[in-house]
Amino acid sequence: MINKSQQVEENPEGYREIEITIFRYNSGKKDDKPAYQTYKLIETPGMTLYIALIKIWSTMDHHLSFDFVCRAGICGSCSMVVNGKPRLACKTRTEEFPDGKITLLPLPTFKHIKDLSVDTGNWMNDMSIKVESWIHSKEETDIAAIEKPIEPDVAQAVFELDRCIECGICLASCSTKIMHEDFVGAVGLNRSARFAMDPHDDRTDDEFYELIGDDNGVFGCMSLMGCEDHCPKELPLQTKIAYMRRKMVSLK
Amino acid sequence: MPQNDNTVELLTGKDRLGKKSRIPAWLDYLQSATGLFLALFITFHILFESSILFGKEAMYRLTKMFEGEPFIEGGEPLIITALAFIIFSMFIFHAFLAMRKFPSSYKEYQRYRAHSKLMHHQDTNLWFIQITTGFAMFFLGSIHLYMMMTSPENIGPFASSDRIYSDWMWPMYLLLLISVVLHAWVGVYRLIIKWGWFDGDNPRQNRKRAKTMIKGLVAIYLVLGLLSLASYMKIGYDHQDKYGERYVSEVKK
Repeated sequence: MINKSQQVEENPEGYREIEITIFRYNSGKKDDKPAYQTYKLIETPGMTLYIALIKIWSTMDHHLSFDFVCRAGICGSCSMVVNGKPRLACKTRTEEFPDGKITLLPLPTFKHIKDLSVDTGNWMNDMSIKVESWIHSKEETDIAAIEKPIEPDVAQAVFELDRCIECGICLASCSTKIMHEDFVGAVGLNRSARFAMDPHDDRTDDEFYELIGDDNGVFGCMSLMGCEDHCPKELPLQTKIAYMRRKMVSLK
Repeated sequence: MPQNDNTVELLTGKDRLGKKSRIPAWLDYLQSATGLFLALFITFHILFESSILFGKEAMYRLTKMFEGEPFIEGGEPLIITALAFIIFSMFIFHAFLAMRKFPSSYKEYQRYRAHSKLMHHQDTNLWFIQITTGFAMFFLGSIHLYMMMTSPENIGPFASSDRIYSDWMWPMYLLLLISVVLHAWVGVYRLIIKWGWFDGDNPRQNRKRAKTMIKGLVAIYLVLGLLSLASYMKIGYDHQDKYGERYVSEVKK
């Protein structure tokens, strides 16, 4: 392993040195032991964790695994636990940490792959199927015709929930999900709310109950608000889970 | 061939019409409803028992009022037995419903604690208070309620104080007071969030307000409860040589 984590960098501008400690473990490698590795590097102005990790990867440790795609808080690939809090690495600046010490862990609850890399994609796919996360309509769609108009404020409310990037942070912040693997979490309940609010979707509340009306769905939520407080897109998860709960409980 | 829905649900997870059970919805609703009822009860209970802060006579009059004195000569402690029975039933039912949410295995507990210690998230930590105080009250609440149900005549300025001081009930009451105040108000906060009661135009702001309000209420009720307990202790201490003697109203003297 090429490991130059103690390498002394040139620092003519006198920027501070930061320490990034990373969880190292290869789930696919038999006999691999979990460990923490600390890297020291010079913080540059405006440095995000994305930039820091790329720097570590390209100059110190090419074996380090982590995921990134967009670098702009849109793709949801770079979620990780930063000093205990699930966050997007690309939206987290190193200057936020006054002591310059940052610990990075992979997101809990997802299948661990290696180091900071976890498999959120397969879980999200399964969840989408479980909550039937698509428009259900008996109407034949004519793609040549203009779509049926809906009220702008309704459209706005639906689009607001569509901003979810499936980063998995709501699940990694959720005690229910931590304890109960099959819980669909805020991301799944947000999906249900999104389609329940959409006039294009014909499903009745009874039909939504069949999807989320149990302890793996809306009744599993204990309102601990880890999802609401950590969502990097600041989605209104608190109110939308309550909205679905009220709907599901009011059914005869 | 078994025809009932329970068997079908056992085999398919759904009823004969292929529908999910509505019981989880009821359990969720009833957990909140019984919790709210008990929280409202305790809000008034602590206020009433703090009447001792206004003197023995005030506490005595209030006790007799609950025994129906304006209508029944001398009061009827059986009214208290009936009230305690209703509260005890509700308490047991709420415990039964809330227990569903407790971590139920080493793995669940380990994961919950390790995660909450890592995350330092206030609302997640508040839930730990809920489950620990809830667990403590299985026992503390039962002791208290059973005593009130079976010995309702032993409520009064001297009778209660003797029980608390001379009968060594104060450590139990101290723990019960802390548990019930925290559990009730944290529970009310949770209900506000869970059902979106005061979302208004700015749910995030209102959640912060709700939390501040709840913290204030916890502080007020703890202070009130502790002062009352101290007051009963003082009366019990002064009255220890006359243990068993009952208070006689100033009016009757």
